[in-house]
Amino acid sequence: MTKALIDAALIVGGIGLFCGFVLSVASRFLGIKEDPRVETVAGLLPGVNCGACGYAGCLDYAKAIVLQGAKIMDCKPGGPDTARKIAEFMGVEAGVCERRVAIVLCGGDDTRARRKFLYNGVADCAAADLVGGGDKACGYGCLGFGSCARVCPVSAIEITGDRLAMVHPDICIGCGLCVAACPRHLIKLVPESRTIHVLCSSKERGPVVKKKCSVGCIGCSLCAKQTDAIKMDCALAIVDYDKPLDNEEVIAKCPQHTIIRRSGKKTEVAA
Amino acid sequence: MKIIRSIFRSRGGLHPRYHKDSAASPIENGPLPSRLSVCMSQHLGAPAKPLVAKGNSVARGQIIGESGGFISAPIHAPTSGKVVSIGEKPAFSGRPVTFIDIESDGEDKWVEGITPHSAWKELDGKKLIELIAGSGVVGMGGAGFPTHVKLSPPPAKPIDVLIINGAECEPYLTADHRLMVEDPDRIWSGIEIAKKILNVRRVVVAIEDNKPDAIKAMERVMAGTDAELVILKSEYPQGAEKQLIYSVTGRETPSGGLPMDVGALVENVATCAAIHDAIVEGRPLIDRITTVCGSLVKSPKNLRVRIGTAFSDLVDFCGGLSGAPAGKIICGGPMMGLAQSSLDASATKTTSGILLLERGEVEQFSSMPCISCGRCVQACPMSLMPCTLSELIEAENYDGAEVENVMDCIECGSCAHECTAHRPLVQHMRQAKAVITAQRRVKEAATKGGKQGV
Repeated sequence: MTKALIDAALIVGGIGLFCGFVLSVASRFLGIKEDPRVETVAGLLPGVNCGACGYAGCLDYAKAIVLQGAKIMDCKPGGPDTARKIAEFMGVEAGVCERRVAIVLCGGDDTRARRKFLYNGVADCAAADLVGGGDKACGYGCLGFGSCARVCPVSAIEITGDRLAMVHPDICIGCGLCVAACPRHLIKLVPESRTIHVLCSSKERGPVVKKKCSVGCIGCSLCAKQTDAIKMDCALAIVDYDKPLDNEEVIAKCPQHTIIRRSGKKTEVAA
Repeated sequence: MKIIRSIFRSRGGLHPRYHKDSAASPIENGPLPSRLSVCMSQHLGAPAKPLVAKGNSVARGQIIGESGGFISAPIHAPTSGKVVSIGEKPAFSGRPVTFIDIESDGEDKWVEGITPHSAWKELDGKKLIELIAGSGVVGMGGAGFPTHVKLSPPPAKPIDVLIINGAECEPYLTADHRLMVEDPDRIWSGIEIAKKILNVRRVVVAIEDNKPDAIKAMERVMAGTDAELVILKSEYPQGAEKQLIYSVTGRETPSGGLPMDVGALVENVATCAAIHDAIVEGRPLIDRITTVCGSLVKSPKNLRVRIGTAFSDLVDFCGGLSGAPAGKIICGGPMMGLAQSSLDASATKTTSGILLLERGEVEQFSSMPCISCGRCVQACPMSLMPCTLSELIEAENYDGAEVENVMDCIECGSCAHECTAHRPLVQHMRQAKAVITAQRRVKEAATKGGKQGV
């Protein structure tokens, strides 16, 4: 009995020792050396694995930075802070980058925009859009079924009680997943410092828009006359985010209250 | 001529209540409203490009929209008058499309240069296809696939059987039925033209057994020819392309394949009549037979409707609404048609019917979790598992749905009709198909451009 136990222990222990030896030899001669910096850079990255940098997660991006010399300011959630830390560690210039946040370019919730029929199908924007072009009278506006909110990794998008998607810029990490999820292409990534926005995406003519929504852009071009940072496309005013715009006049002049200032913590819809 | 009862029975399917109430009402000419809205996207493929400008006067049959690509078709003016506006409006599908609005001058004058080709037998196939393409003929069964593209299959895929679809399995609709009863000669003439173009020996006309008068009429014109008349069992979706091919020939179209992969080509009876008009009479496709029916309409009718006629004008022509509370307006039949939010949309080349139902006939329910009863699996004519697919799609697992062959779904609605838990199965399939198609397009663009996909 005791002998069997000792035999078993010796055999298993012997196999273990042998395998350990083989493995240690293998790791000595066949091992792949990983740059220890990769782990440090990965630790500096926020670790949300959003993929906004174009790589498959934070570790992949860290590898690209260390081994392939990828640009260090591509991490959108981390923003300039992370870029600075990585720059210090890697000993390179951080370059200039500004945090970008998402904004939903529609201000027509249920109190302001009309719905044309009763929809009781699948609660998903893409599915609702396929049924008669969506239940919203406006063919360009936010459907409010939250396809964007569901893909947001940090829950920065709120669907208001009146069924309108709203991005909280202080939580948003600018990963851009919502931009791809919106079937109506209403979401845009804009520099965080920009506060004046045209909250409408309807290219329809003024009289048509007025019938459907009380805060839709009617294409009067009063704002475009004030500044060259707003351009007209068909009957829609579009902010050019490459040009500076800090002109209170455009907000005051807009007869439809489509242009708003997004201040501080929360996207405010014009009252 | 041979008359055969189909021996093959495609799997799945169901027997809805047919309600073919308008089957006995003869075709009447539809109204000529003062204003017609002609949609530039009445077919599958690229929309037509407007050729006229605001203020131009047009004659009936004049080309007003040119073909916008290889898979596209031209559009012709349905009456004479003046172009009053060109702009985007939501079409019957709810999507914004370019429309040309024509104000009728009441004269209904034909355009000059209409050349009938009564001696079409002397023309070669290429010329015939050119004439069909110029006349804007598209598949009138529902999808609106341009006929000239369909009639020129690639040489690698020889066609050996031409199937003429007179099944009309969709409940309520009787447009094709009446056409077969009243105009079998035109249909047969169109079939002969298609037969010459494709150079096929075997022609099969397939009709469901609930239309004995249509079978008689087609029998009369086909007497003495070597074509076959196949009588199908009445079942939904018997008239779906792949199911029809199986019922007639016993050939199964492979997953993701086209009818030409099994050497078959299916044309609707109304398309054949349009081919006859395009060649023998030289008339472009500007009208079609549409059934206006449902309990909400005072006198249901089969009408010869000009494209561009607003649904409201058609309903007024049928005596207006009965006054009962409205339940649902559907463009097409109840199984595959598209619900409308108003009567503002206008008829196109594919509008086979307008169905208006009372509120009492329309049920509204909320969907419940799947109880795994398997009735949808039994009903699916494509051998899919709608219950599994719907759960995958609900979890946004589109890759999984693709593996389970969601792209083979023909959106016939049999599964949703049978579902005891009232799940929105067809809507789920449509959603998944739209998402997967978009993903494929992105992938294609990425591989073409040599860039990483976004």
